[in-house]
Amino acid sequence: MTMTQKILAAHAGLEKVVPGQLIEAKLDIVLGNDITAPVAIKEFEKASFENVFDKDRIAIVLDHFVPNKDIKAAEQSKICRNFACKHCLSKFFDVGKMGIEHALLPEQGIVTAGDCIIGADSHTCTYGALGAFSTGVGSTDMAAAMATGKAWFKVPSAIKIELCGSLPKNTGGKDVILTIIGMIGVDGALYKSMEFCGDGVSSLSMDDRLCICNMAIEAGAKNGIFPVDDVTRSYLENRAERIPVIYEADCDAEYEKTIEINLSEIVPTVSCPHLPENTKPARDLADIKIDQVVIGSCTNGRMEDMTAAYEILKGKKVKEGVRCIIIPATMQIMRECVEKGYVTAFIDAGAIVSTPTCGPCLGGYMGILASGERCVATTNRNFVGRMGHPASEVYLASPQTAAASALTGYITEYKE
Amino acid sequence: MQTEGKVFKYRDNVDTDVIIPARYLNTSDAKELAAHCMEDIDGEFVKNVSGGDIIVAGHNFGCGSSREHAPLAILTCGIGCVIAKSFARIFYRNAINIGLPILECPEAAEEICEGDRVIVNFDTGEITNLSTSKKYFAQPFPPFIQQIIKSGGLLASLKERDETDG
Repeated sequence: MTMTQKILAAHAGLEKVVPGQLIEAKLDIVLGNDITAPVAIKEFEKASFENVFDKDRIAIVLDHFVPNKDIKAAEQSKICRNFACKHCLSKFFDVGKMGIEHALLPEQGIVTAGDCIIGADSHTCTYGALGAFSTGVGSTDMAAAMATGKAWFKVPSAIKIELCGSLPKNTGGKDVILTIIGMIGVDGALYKSMEFCGDGVSSLSMDDRLCICNMAIEAGAKNGIFPVDDVTRSYLENRAERIPVIYEADCDAEYEKTIEINLSEIVPTVSCPHLPENTKPARDLADIKIDQVVIGSCTNGRMEDMTAAYEILKGKKVKEGVRCIIIPATMQIMRECVEKGYVTAFIDAGAIVSTPTCGPCLGGYMGILASGERCVATTNRNFVGRMGHPASEVYLASPQTAAASALTGYITEYKE
Repeated sequence: MQTEGKVFKYRDNVDTDVIIPARYLNTSDAKELAAHCMEDIDGEFVKNVSGGDIIVAGHNFGCGSSREHAPLAILTCGIGCVIAKSFARIFYRNAINIGLPILECPEAAEEICEGDRVIVNFDTGEITNLSTSKKYFAQPFPPFIQQIIKSGGLLASLKERDETDG
């Protein structure tokens, strides 16, 4: 069995599972946010469930439209707040404690290796970086899971992604995952797990791995997953609230195909509108003029991303006519950015710094684009209308490429 | 169970951001969501759709965000069935969970045209294009999923099971 299949088998109480098998698995954490949880709560109440399965295993994070952007959004948050209060949920994160859910849950040790997790948010696949099975679902699945602590799954077949070498300077996890999506397409891993392995894994930081697994959904995958190694162990140490359980793929595990990636050949990569699979090397896009830069999101709003942006922006000026919006993904990251002087440097460079929010990534608020405008963003999707007007354009890139582009006003590969 | 209606035809990779743009996700009211369904790729859709109509699309329909607001908006518009070459997995799950019939049928999705009149029989998986008199057969749902649809969605089926277990 693959790593994913082993975790699913264990949570279904089975010795063995095979691809295509329908199973019911116990869940370690059930997640929702201020957009998806209200729908789940409505369904939960409509079905007249009285109690949640475990008040300590349901995480509700207000992150998409908070601090609330308008009255309707405020009403959605209120539904979450009331539900969390009524059921005494210990993992409810409101303004002041919140962060973008997929940065917050690993940071707070709420998710750990060996877990089986569902979240009513497509980027829930992020936690595969820790060696967990984790996948996005809808609000009805969340409602059922809040009541029963279980979910049904079709056991996925797998694609093996064998990594070797190590990343060149000024490239990161974002360039790796964009390269893979460019190779296999937005449905290249549809219904499947992406199982990362190989000698190259050890060279990737936890922030790189979280970023890579985060965008597994952008290849259509059910989940992405990394083996547990020393990097994982040291990340989880003194952080994970439950004891990590380590699963390893069997030597004879079956994979539908194997993709080999030499990390040392990765170049700064950009996804052009309007699909994440439309990838090109950043250096080939130097004539694309931009209006806005967004550095943040569940994909690239972590500390390493902030540091990358700081190293490039400090002492420099954002190009006249470009709006540069920087959004640390959690309050802890925000605090560290303040303490290290990053926030001052960003402001001096002419950027703005927001408290954590998904905001512009999904065209919610805090950086909506007008018709004809272009943005280089470290976010995860560049669909039609994703960040605003249907005639606006989003180019997905790493924090290095985004920061370098903010300084020139054109898509720019960062070179020291 | 069946649906009959006219066809709205779309491309590959229709994502949930165009099915229901996030700027409208500050509500979970199904009727409000339905009023903006597909507007970023087809501004005429909401004006022209009527009960029982059918969406036909290419590969990876419903890719992107997990928002259940997307199948909910489609269902509330009156769409009776979505036929596609393939569906993104979260959309597939969400559609079943809320009771929006969806069928994977690459041949039908390729050949059926915008404006055609089509009948879909959910029990047999038979798709009939009345405009060309051609029939197609989609794979029927496995029993496990038929049970969810029969009960009227996932939560209703869980409740039923709960009551049976006593």
